[in-house]
Amino acid sequence: MSATAPTGPRAADAPADGGAPQEAERAAEFEALVAAGESVEPRDWMPDGYRRMLIRQIAQHAHSEIIGMQPEGGWLTRAPSLHRKSVLIAKVQDEAGHGLYLYSAAETLGVDRADLLDALHRGQQRYAATFNHPALTWADTGAIAWLTDGAAVTNQAPLCRTSYGPYARAMRRICQEEAFHVRLGFDMLLALCEGTPEQRAMAQDAVDRWWLPAVALMFGPPDTETAGTREPAAALGAAVSRRAIAWGIKHHTNDELRQRFVDHVVPQAEQLGLTLPDPGIRWNDERGHYDFGPIDWEVYRGSLEEDSHTARRRIAHRVAAHRDGAWVREAAAAYAERPTAPDAAPDRTTAGEGKPTG
Amino acid sequence: MSQDQQTTTTSWEVFLRPRRGLAHQHVGSVRATDPDMALAHARDLYTRRGDPLSLWVVRSDGVHAASPAERDPFFSNARHKPYRYPEHFAPLTRGEQDDA
Repeated sequence: MSATAPTGPRAADAPADGGAPQEAERAAEFEALVAAGESVEPRDWMPDGYRRMLIRQIAQHAHSEIIGMQPEGGWLTRAPSLHRKSVLIAKVQDEAGHGLYLYSAAETLGVDRADLLDALHRGQQRYAATFNHPALTWADTGAIAWLTDGAAVTNQAPLCRTSYGPYARAMRRICQEEAFHVRLGFDMLLALCEGTPEQRAMAQDAVDRWWLPAVALMFGPPDTETAGTREPAAALGAAVSRRAIAWGIKHHTNDELRQRFVDHVVPQAEQLGLTLPDPGIRWNDERGHYDFGPIDWEVYRGSLEEDSHTARRRIAHRVAAHRDGAWVREAAAAYAERPTAPDAAPDRTTAGEGKPTG
Repeated sequence: MSQDQQTTTTSWEVFLRPRRGLAHQHVGSVRATDPDMALAHARDLYTRRGDPLSLWVVRSDGVHAASPAERDPFFSNARHKPYRYPEHFAPLTRGEQDDA
């Protein structure tokens, strides 16, 4: 098969086309598989809605990783020491890697990553609005890694058991690496908190600005009534969450995960000696959780920063990077299509188990 | 904007031997125009940690796979043959419990 097939090249795992004579039977098989907690794999039959929900979620997740490189990436050349710079480069590289793991997982569902990037560039697919906030000081890189990545780990740990096999496998890689990010962010803030009063104030300022984007936006909109909302939008969110949970794509509501994050992070803030900018945070003995200011739709919408200066700059930067890389893609394509003499150099990538190159 | 990529890059499956004593394992895929580029991308993407021993890339469209439609007859080989397992037979020691 050549790369000129009308649908574009696909991963080997991509679903096979073909008639489905016993649709109902296959649907029952699929439901049983999910109910048993088994993985759905790329060549299995799956409902269209399941495939669409996965593509949307995985693409949005991948885009968030790619756009998420920008706030911290801006500080790479201004890191205070060579050590901090090396660490931040490693962290930003990981984010790029996470995006690529996820595009690879999405392609097993029969889409092409070039189309997904196109949709991102055109504003047809979204990314976590958290990254529409600017990283104003060096301390922001610490606050982002601690709070945003901390929220991401809380969100993503259950996704390691999501029902779609390739997504779950990508998430297991990602979660292992995110753990380093959270520790790194905490470590950066700790260094500032143990420094001069100015450094401490810088850490507090960064946490003040990144708290709401993390707690509101990294978990998605409110989807239960505990968030103190009975708006139709919340009912819709709840319906989507229920569907995702029934299919084993998600295991918890957004608000459950939000609570879990707050419970993790409040003691860590105390350890740093920093205040989280929410006067509603206090331990609730009855519930066995920390109370916090409700993230209702008004708060959620208010933190989106849609069409802000930074939001427009994020997409413009991404589009420019893609455009500026066009000559590299063209050169690579020209190189691949160069005429080669028959019986040219022997293939050095021979991979047999018994051969020394294996 | 996506046209250039669509017409030139292909998907490559990546296999990694993460450490001595293990077989190569499928870890994911990359997009590239040729095997060397695929290997370089796979190196950047899948070997940022650990002490990996070897990496393979294989064009995704070069993988020959059994399709779901023929799954049942194709894999029926494994069905209804309990005698392929040791616990199908008399225990070697009297009173022995089979774990499986």
